[in-house]
Amino acid sequence: MGIKWDEFFITGDPLILGSQIAIVLTMVGIVAGVTYLKKWKWLWSEWITTVDHKRIGIMYIISGVLMFFRGGMDGLLMKAQTSRPEMEFLDAQHYNEIFTTHGVIMILFMAMPMLIGIMNVVVPLQIGARDVAFPQLNALSFWLFFGGAMLFNISFVIGGSPDAGWTSYFPLAGKEFSPGIGNNYYAVALQIAGIGTLLSGINFVVTILKMRTKGMTLMKMPMFTWTSFIASVIIIAAFPIFTVALALMTFDRLYGAHFFTLSGGGLDMLWANLFWLWGHPEVYILVLPAFGIYSEIISTFSRKTLFGYKSMVLSILIIALLSMVVWVHHFYTMGSGPAVNSIFSITTMAIAVPTGIKIFNWLFTMRKGRIKMTNAMLWSLAFVPCFIIGGVTGVMLGMGAADYQYHNTLFLVAHFHYTIIPGVVFAVFAALYYWWPKMFGFTLNEKIGRWHFWLFVIGFNATFMPMFFLGLDGAVRRSYTYSVESGFAPLFLVSALGSVILALGFIAFCYNIYWSIRHADRNITGDPWNARTLEWATASPVQPYNFAKLPEVDGLDPFWKMKKNNQGLTIKDSEIKEIHMPSNSGLPFIMGVAFGVAGFFLVFEWHIAAAIAAIGIIAGLIYRSFDYDEGYHIPVDEIKETESKWRNVEGEVHNYVK
Amino acid sequence: MSSKIDYSLPLEYQTEQNRLNILGFWIFLGAEIVLFATLFGVYGVLYQRYAGGPTHQDIIMIKDVLIQTVLLLTSSFTMGIAIFEMRRQQLKGLIFWLVITLLLGAGFLFMEINEFIHYVHLGATMQTSAFLSSLFVLLGTHGAHVTFGIIWAIMVIIQLLRRGLTPTTARKTFIIGLYWHFLDVVWIFIFTFVYLKGMVG
Amino acid sequence: MEKHTNRFPISHVLGFIFSLILTFGAAYIALKTSLSFKVIMWIIGTLAVLQAGIQLFMFMHLREGEDGKTNVINIVYGVFMAVVIVVGSIWVMSAGHAAH
Repeated sequence: MGIKWDEFFITGDPLILGSQIAIVLTMVGIVAGVTYLKKWKWLWSEWITTVDHKRIGIMYIISGVLMFFRGGMDGLLMKAQTSRPEMEFLDAQHYNEIFTTHGVIMILFMAMPMLIGIMNVVVPLQIGARDVAFPQLNALSFWLFFGGAMLFNISFVIGGSPDAGWTSYFPLAGKEFSPGIGNNYYAVALQIAGIGTLLSGINFVVTILKMRTKGMTLMKMPMFTWTSFIASVIIIAAFPIFTVALALMTFDRLYGAHFFTLSGGGLDMLWANLFWLWGHPEVYILVLPAFGIYSEIISTFSRKTLFGYKSMVLSILIIALLSMVVWVHHFYTMGSGPAVNSIFSITTMAIAVPTGIKIFNWLFTMRKGRIKMTNAMLWSLAFVPCFIIGGVTGVMLGMGAADYQYHNTLFLVAHFHYTIIPGVVFAVFAALYYWWPKMFGFTLNEKIGRWHFWLFVIGFNATFMPMFFLGLDGAVRRSYTYSVESGFAPLFLVSALGSVILALGFIAFCYNIYWSIRHADRNITGDPWNARTLEWATASPVQPYNFAKLPEVDGLDPFWKMKKNNQGLTIKDSEIKEIHMPSNSGLPFIMGVAFGVAGFFLVFEWHIAAAIAAIGIIAGLIYRSFDYDEGYHIPVDEIKETESKWRNVEGEVHNYVK
Repeated sequence: MSSKIDYSLPLEYQTEQNRLNILGFWIFLGAEIVLFATLFGVYGVLYQRYAGGPTHQDIIMIKDVLIQTVLLLTSSFTMGIAIFEMRRQQLKGLIFWLVITLLLGAGFLFMEINEFIHYVHLGATMQTSAFLSSLFVLLGTHGAHVTFGIIWAIMVIIQLLRRGLTPTTARKTFIIGLYWHFLDVVWIFIFTFVYLKGMVG
Repeated sequence: MEKHTNRFPISHVLGFIFSLILTFGAAYIALKTSLSFKVIMWIIGTLAVLQAGIQLFMFMHLREGEDGKTNVINIVYGVFMAVVIVVGSIWVMSAGHAAH
């Protein structure tokens, strides 16, 4: 059982040795830096123990950017390996590990935290609430996600990476064909992060249902709140399936059960069935909040209210329902018979209809608008054509009969990168440019942002467009090399060069953050974009209690109306009352650590140690049950001071009246 | 997060945070439905894959299962009475019926563990066949929920003894009540689609 | 959402009696009759759903409180998901060549 000690650290590969050294140096650097600046106490009391939704959101986003870097490095390594035929840069095993971690990290540890982070920052502000429904649970969600992400990330230096693809299909992912512990990391780390995500989903559903400010009925909610709500509903409906699937995988791998192993009567494709029962809704969990982001940005920078609000809501509801009944299109080639494949072809193609409705609504929102070409708007504009390429090829793949041709080729890989990158990554960039001032009190530089935009968009198309043609020519995915005679070389080279441009775009983004932190103008108002929704009706960066006086709403684009009618922008001394706030807590962080440690032991199949760590988890739950902390109140004077400080600024539309 | 108290409502609904928690728990139960449905689906796919090992008729002790069922049904009823007593502000009655519920739950758990031991003695383990893997994990997940529920309810009883009936303790009691009834709902489906179905064909 | 109920929990007792009848009825039909497998499964399946309904409405007071409607929608959606997962998985995994 378990692992031999000499296999604990992965040795013998110069790339991994380099990473190990880099990781150690980085950690030493961080510890030394924090100690030198005497920031430990600040880190603990302001960030690690925080239950403030805005700070938790920012921590999600920082983790997402870090994971984007890690996943991007994996992608670049893959592109380098396939840039020339018969390259010997990576061996087959290393390539397997890298495409596996690339997929898992980009979907679960980059896209998810980015979007959940943005939801955290924006949704409570948009609905005029002071926090989420369960602030401490929110912190727990983050630390569980973070614990899972860190556990997954150490796999490539300690014990070995999972190497069966991000889908980890059986029988390959079973103990028989993957005897190492790499795939244990997959089963355990994703489980921990998944529990965190499920809790987030519950938190946001309750928050949006119960904590909207006065007058904001469901059909007056901003579109991003709507899409976040529906995405949370899908999280609750889909993530338990993944929880079970991963648990069954763990039983198969660790305890010799026969769910997916062929011996003992198990069914390998049952794993595929469960994985995609979760996996397809997961795609919509990602893309729906992104649709909401585009809706907000296009409406703001077209100076128009969103076109076809009701049809937008209806189409996300239809997408949410249909997303649950299309999963088989990921494995038509299993051969489940014509009836199954036909039904799932129809449901799959039907999803294109509500998605098309949304595209037209965005176009009509821009029609006759006074469009302002900010960076956020540029990303939203680039999204439309790129995403349509992804959508149309999706309909091609959705036809069961035709799929036999495309299945497992680079055509498929190009398709889903054309949906996920414009559908999620562009949206995340758009959202960061748009809401950055709300989070930090300064805007990102627009000029450097242009570099970021053009490099990234051109690089993205140059990387993935050739893969459509490679796929149609028969190049399979997940193959670490190809022959000279295949004739694939030129397009693979174009794709590799494209990925370099893409990476330069990301570097420009990082530089933009650095530059803006150092040089950007701090004297901005609460509303730098002349925007329409409630998150702009308060200070930038937002004060801990969000709103001194909860706003009242009687329609869409409430802040726009407030500005037009000059109503509700002022605050008077008599309107300020003390505000109840939840206390910070170290428990979520400790629970995240306990889960991470227990998970680590479980990965290595050290069951006694894992059980001891699990007792720590139960102790944490019991402690929480007996915790009767009632929070604290911010006194009136403090609120008065904070409010007058940001409201009495030149150019601010909000006013402070004594 | 207002701490306003609405005295016209039962204790557990009196504060806004309580109402949030109760709704949140209902939504969590929605997730639990999906979780158990997935286990039932897996069982439904694998339930005839005996791989040469024992079948349903070889191992199921239907009399014991009926006793287990009655124990859990009765415990769900006594939990209902406990909440009824809570709404009448009867702390003693509440705790009495909670303890009865836990004893019945512990009895159920004792019989389930015996059942598992019996299976293993017959050579039916999780490693034997796909059918048994899915059986053990479905039953085991339910049993683990019952175990967790018992520990949780003990914590709540301690808090009731220490603090009496307040909006907070009432909310906690109400939520464990919901959880307990839900476990009974799951058991009804296990009883029907695992045991009875297994005995029929 | 009654706060001061009468002294006798009539709905709980009725619910308990119903669920005992349904349980033993299902056991009797499954174990003591010689109906076909399909008929038995339909009958005891229906009885199980009825009994779940008793738990939800008579014990858990599903519709009570200001969020009663939300609760009903939540449970209906959960049941929809359950049907999709169970029926869908069994159908997909047994419909074609994969299962044979």
